[in-house]
Amino acid sequence: MDIFSAGFLNYLIALGTMSGIYAVLCLGLNLQWGFAGLFNAGIAAFFAIGAYAAAILTTPESPNHLGGFGLPVVAAWPVAMLLSGALAWAIGRICLKVQGDYLAMATIGIAEVIRLVIKNEEWLTAGTRGISNIARPFEALPTPWNALAFLGLVAALVAGIYWAAERAWASPWGRALRAIRDSDVAAAAIGKDVTQFRLEAFVLGAMVMALAGALSAHYFKFLGTTATEPMMVTFLVWVMLIVGGSGNNRGAILGAALIWVIWSATELLTNRLPGEWITRTSYIRVLLIGLLLQIVLQRFGKGLLPERPPRMIDDRPKSG
Amino acid sequence: MIKVEHISKSFGGIRAVDDCSLEVVRGSVTGLIGPNGAGKSTLFNIIAGLFPPSAGRVLLDGEDVTGWPAHRLFHRGLARTFQIAQEFSRMTVIENLLAVPPKQSGESLFRAWFAWRKVIEEERGLRVRAREVLEQLRLTHLEREYAGNLSGGQKKLLELGRTMMIQPKVVLLDELGAGVNRTLLGELAGEIERLNRDHGYTFFVIEHDMDLIARLCDPVIVMAEGRVLTQGTMAEIRRNEAVIEAYLGTRRQKTAAQARR
Ligand SMILES: Nc1ncnc2c1ncn2[C@@H]1O[C@H](COP(=O)(O)OP(=O)(O)O)[C@@H](O)[C@H]1O
Ligand SMILES: [Mg+2]
Repeated sequence: MDIFSAGFLNYLIALGTMSGIYAVLCLGLNLQWGFAGLFNAGIAAFFAIGAYAAAILTTPESPNHLGGFGLPVVAAWPVAMLLSGALAWAIGRICLKVQGDYLAMATIGIAEVIRLVIKNEEWLTAGTRGISNIARPFEALPTPWNALAFLGLVAALVAGIYWAAERAWASPWGRALRAIRDSDVAAAAIGKDVTQFRLEAFVLGAMVMALAGALSAHYFKFLGTTATEPMMVTFLVWVMLIVGGSGNNRGAILGAALIWVIWSATELLTNRLPGEWITRTSYIRVLLIGLLLQIVLQRFGKGLLPERPPRMIDDRPKSG
Repeated sequence: MIKVEHISKSFGGIRAVDDCSLEVVRGSVTGLIGPNGAGKSTLFNIIAGLFPPSAGRVLLDGEDVTGWPAHRLFHRGLARTFQIAQEFSRMTVIENLLAVPPKQSGESLFRAWFAWRKVIEEERGLRVRAREVLEQLRLTHLEREYAGNLSGGQKKLLELGRTMMIQPKVVLLDELGAGVNRTLLGELAGEIERLNRDHGYTFFVIEHDMDLIARLCDPVIVMAEGRVLTQGTMAEIRRNEAVIEAYLGTRRQKTAAQARR
């Protein structure tokens, strides 16, 4: 393989873009799980809402699905995020008051409902046929600049969300959430409105996940029911965050990039398998990733970049 | 300050608190003693809003606060510690204290993002107070340690420290002394006396150390089997037949149960 060939460059750009989209998802999950200890088992629901909202709002009129709104991307993405946030708010209002595993069950359920709606409500989503003709920002530029510019956009969004999440981590808001995560009864006893804080983290995380969905719809220019696959969205994102280090925003980004590169590499690997094995590749890959997760957790129990308390605000580290 | 009227609480079949009425007078250090399982902690949890009672009323400062959530009661000046320490384990010792003060502007994400300077300024003030508290509790050297790594006694101290981060009207202490070294406990008792005398904080204290109770508390309330048995000064309590019976009674039951095994 000629490393200077256009094909290889495109491959790298694709790897970077997908890593970036997954990094956005991971940062969103970190807000929920790393900050607040909220177990979201239905990441795909919020991702899919973001993706479908962005696609429906920006595509030209089509007989196959709802559309023709013709919104520009900058207007569609906030709407996509708000829709996802509204769903999270509704779920949170019901489930976050009660202790325990309600949220996990509710998010699994909602993800399944959303998956079935997307598959069956063809007037809205075109069902299994999928939505095509989704515009990608910068696609008018010559190759490879169009792909590079989109990668740059994704990278800028990752950087922006990273900044916002780091600031949140260092702030009293993040501190209150970590307190709630460690002991909700003690946090309530020091006056923190546990439900309200949890709701904020859950909604914010869901909005970030929706942005990742929107990015992916525009990146692929096509959106089908695969966007709701629990495997590719929910499971993989969890592995990324755990491997990278939950409670660590850099860990979330590192985990996303690393696992995405490994995941893509397993595709190259499984493509070389003999014919009768090809049909088995999908679960072999999952198995491999599961194995990898085990190995990393054996050696790095808290992920590659473990959680750290934030540097105390504006406090010089002790010189010594 | 606190008035409890005919409170009952059942867990499944167990009547943990059974038609219990008592009052904690403003400005007092009131003790609550009784054998294990008497329902003392359950009563504390009801007063502090951890769960609502099955029946009865709780009044704080004359206001009916029955069933209020814990965080609202805190904002009304009620602070507490837990019998089993509830430290924020993956936060540092000083962060455990910094988390306490109410109305921090940095608890709004919007201000954390867009008014960072103000957040920093407030934080400086909080940190000064937190370090004073750590000094008093002899925990300064552990400032940046994870609270989860502290010993049992140190965790209890940290819980007391949380209540010292604000000016509460009334503080509930559930077995503060368990696991805390004697000399330090003596000093803390002095601190409680000082806060009570100079600042008028009311204390409501569950404690098994009778010497500490005798030193600090007047009056002392005795609970057994979910009910208030009697109330009085420690000297009166020590002479009370029913109290002796309650303590010995449980001991007798235990020995009998052990003998049966
Ligand atoms: N959350 C709970 N669930 C079930 N039973 C409980 C619970 N909390 C306390 N109890 C029971 O209530 C009774 C009183 O307990 P507690 O209030 O802790 O007593 P004390 O603090 O006086 O030792 C005990 O029999 C205990 O087992
Ligand atoms: Mg108790």
